[in-house]
Amino acid sequence: MSVPARRRSRSLAAAAALVPMAATVLLAYAGTMAWSVRVSFSGSRTLPVDDFVGLRQYARLFDSERWVLSMQNLAIFGVVFVLACLAVGFLLAVFIDQRVRGEGLLRTVFLYPYALSFVATGLVWQWVLNPELGLQASVRRLGFAGFTFDWIVRQDMAIYAVALAAVWQASGLVMALMLAGLRGIDESLWMAARIEGIPRWRVYLSIVLPMMGPSIGTAFVLLSVSVVKVFDVVVAMTQGGPGLASEVPAKFIIDNLLVRANIGLASAASTVLLLTVLALLAPWFHARAHASRRAGRAARASDPSEAAA
Amino acid sequence: MTATTALPAPRRPRWPAPARVGLYVFLATAAFAFLLPLYVMVVTSIKPMDEIRLGNLFAWPVKVTLAPWAQAWTSACTGLACGGIRVGFMNSVAIVVPSTILSIALGALNGYALSFWRPRGAQAFFVVLLTGAFIPYQVMLFPLIRALAALGLFGTLPGVVLIHTLFGMPVMTLLFRNYYASVPHELFMAARIDGGGFWRIFVQLMLPMSLPIVVVAVIMQVTAIWNDFLVGLVFAGHDWLPMTVQLNNIINTTTGERLYNVNMAATLLTSLVPLAVYLVSGRWFVRGIAAGAVKG
Amino acid sequence: MNVSIRQLAVHMGGTPVLENLDLDVVAGEFLVLLGPSGCGKSTLLHAIAGLVDVAAGAVHIGGRDVTWADPKDRAIGMVFQSYALYPTMNVERNMSFGLRVAGTPKAEVARRVARAARMLQLEPLLARKPAQLSGGQRQRVAIGRALVREAQVFLFDEPLSNLDAKLRTELRRELKALHRELGATMVYVTHDQVEAMTLATRVAVMRGGRIQQVGTPGEVYARPANMFVAGFLGSPSMNFIEGETSAGGAAVLGVRPEHLALHPADGARSEGEIALVEAMGAHEVVWLDMHGHRLAAIAPATGAHRIGDRVGVQIALDRASVFDPVSQERIELHAGAFHHHPR
Repeated sequence: MSVPARRRSRSLAAAAALVPMAATVLLAYAGTMAWSVRVSFSGSRTLPVDDFVGLRQYARLFDSERWVLSMQNLAIFGVVFVLACLAVGFLLAVFIDQRVRGEGLLRTVFLYPYALSFVATGLVWQWVLNPELGLQASVRRLGFAGFTFDWIVRQDMAIYAVALAAVWQASGLVMALMLAGLRGIDESLWMAARIEGIPRWRVYLSIVLPMMGPSIGTAFVLLSVSVVKVFDVVVAMTQGGPGLASEVPAKFIIDNLLVRANIGLASAASTVLLLTVLALLAPWFHARAHASRRAGRAARASDPSEAAA
Repeated sequence: MTATTALPAPRRPRWPAPARVGLYVFLATAAFAFLLPLYVMVVTSIKPMDEIRLGNLFAWPVKVTLAPWAQAWTSACTGLACGGIRVGFMNSVAIVVPSTILSIALGALNGYALSFWRPRGAQAFFVVLLTGAFIPYQVMLFPLIRALAALGLFGTLPGVVLIHTLFGMPVMTLLFRNYYASVPHELFMAARIDGGGFWRIFVQLMLPMSLPIVVVAVIMQVTAIWNDFLVGLVFAGHDWLPMTVQLNNIINTTTGERLYNVNMAATLLTSLVPLAVYLVSGRWFVRGIAAGAVKG
Repeated sequence: MNVSIRQLAVHMGGTPVLENLDLDVVAGEFLVLLGPSGCGKSTLLHAIAGLVDVAAGAVHIGGRDVTWADPKDRAIGMVFQSYALYPTMNVERNMSFGLRVAGTPKAEVARRVARAARMLQLEPLLARKPAQLSGGQRQRVAIGRALVREAQVFLFDEPLSNLDAKLRTELRRELKALHRELGATMVYVTHDQVEAMTLATRVAVMRGGRIQQVGTPGEVYARPANMFVAGFLGSPSMNFIEGETSAGGAAVLGVRPEHLALHPADGARSEGEIALVEAMGAHEVVWLDMHGHRLAAIAPATGAHRIGDRVGVQIALDRASVFDPVSQERIELHAGAFHHHPR
């Protein structure tokens, strides 16, 4: 929704009032990003140094097993997290949309995890997935001796455990977004489908799901942004472990910045992360611009003042 | 045409009964799965350690005790200091209140100026600001640390508040701008004809009208800032560590035996404020997330 | 195919909306359910369609009892106020979707879609999406969806209410032409009496869940069964004058504005004073005060009538109706037997 064209009201006061915003953009956002990129081309360690070493930091970066692993983990986490949240969120929304009783209560139950901090989520799931004292042990005590659920201590599964906790936290939000989208669908569409004899599940699949494009898109973007930023839940749940098994780029950067005093390397990593985000955003912005242009053309084409064909 | 059929088909509900049952079963199972961690948290926090060592996560405590809560609040150890998480609570309050007020005030001001006045070039700045909302904070971290240190604000409360305000500006500005875009422009024109200037219209007309969106903004900011970890970790210094950072320190940096009941009590204590906000605000909570999410 | 409704009762959320309702729709006719908001006309339509559950009574379509049949088994098609076209599918897919889901062979689907597209002049639009169509085109696609299912009864739920006046008159004419060409049974719901009068072969006027009168537009207009029907049709509405019959019972005389002729005031007939004149272009609506009543009369637009003038009024008694004031029902009495008491 764009702001309709209005005459600009000249005012010095308005320009002055927006100075904080301009300053924020220039200094806090653009300025810091530019500085980070600059430092990534230098040989800085503990303190920034004003030399120029070309792409050496980047070479070090991709030589680092830890960084490569963190990017792989990010990819795995990203795919699992986004797909699982979209699927679970959509399913929950569809089921709640069936005019079930206790809808308000159900929504509260599915959405409350989103009110928790990622730290709390990581901590509680660290506890639940603890093999000796958590879920695995409890289920075994109930009699299922062979039950194993020790993802959190396994090198190959640790990142999936983190993804599980994150899906638990974020699915409710996707559900809420999808439910709002579902509720926006005209009731008469359902009646028309009934009259044509189309079964409910087919309506969801062939008619409703395509109409949910914008809601799915919004959810996808929100989730993707969380993926790139994932940090708190890893620190709280596994500290990147066991070993480096659940290391993620954000944690790599913080460690090198604050603990290992490798500012140049950390800046190079930040820049790579930034480029990844921009690469994710670009197609979405492009798609939105394209869609709004198409909507404008369609609106003109269906103008009733044009004679019916 | 055939003659009228003798007996009509028996009455059928719209959604066949077995499927309806399956629906409720699925939802109940999902609800159970979602509530399980909360249940585990609560139950663990009121068990004595000897029961926890028995290794049954789901068992209701034989001996209910509130000692872990008291311990978490007053005497849990974070590294060297053993003052409990109460310290973090105070810090979090001290951080959240001014950060919320400042970020909302600036967001409202920006939204108002962008929506009604639109100075030259403002739109371009706004677009860049919006993309900033997607950038991971790590990218901006080091220069901000250096800048705050140069200003003498690193590790101080004003420094943390400033960072939260900066990071909150994109979403808050978007929120208010979209809200003011839905206010009829005629209202603004009438106020200008009546002789109102920039500040007068803002304070006397627009702000009072903004109550619904301010409520949403407060919910969003209180939750986001209270639950924040990274900014507190990096910028708060030792004196102002918020509850989330302290929580992580208590649980993940303790030597010796881990007191799971105290840990869970501490986690619950940290989550009380945002959970309370969520339960009280209900629909507004979702409206806020969705409003921030739908880009204008 | 005819539709027969017997003793129908429909409850919505516990409250009865329709009770003991009987209606016969003759095969091939265009029946309009006319009435104000909340009179139950949409509920009746939805009951015919099978979209609402029936509390008592029966619905027969083409002689078959469909009271509990699924909407898809009733050989009906329905056009909604919003047209309810599937937004992400183009016109061709919108029309063919139901058939494809039912497993109809592709060749048959193509044949039916082509036939419907030809009848409704949708051929050049088959690849377009609903958002790229005008209001009239969308209406035709909605009808086309019903056509490909070879529906025998077409149901319309106020399809013109969302449109502006010009488009409404245009689509009204299209619908009437379509009915003539198809010869199908059509049941149409509206609150607009002009639509009812122009489209219907018969009109069923409803109020409060009951049918007040069923008849051709001419019948319902000229011989309304009660005061509600009399006042609902016609614009400006019928004039009502209280009085009594020669036999001594109280009565109400109903006269339509076009049946009040205005003459120069010469003392030969009842007189009234002009209070307001509304110029309508081809004619005028003259509001006059007579014997304590405010009456409307339609007169040619001569410009001769001015506020304050006194005019003589001539009532066409053989066109007037007489009603019982208590039951509001029509009394079969010549209006000559009516006497008026001055207030």
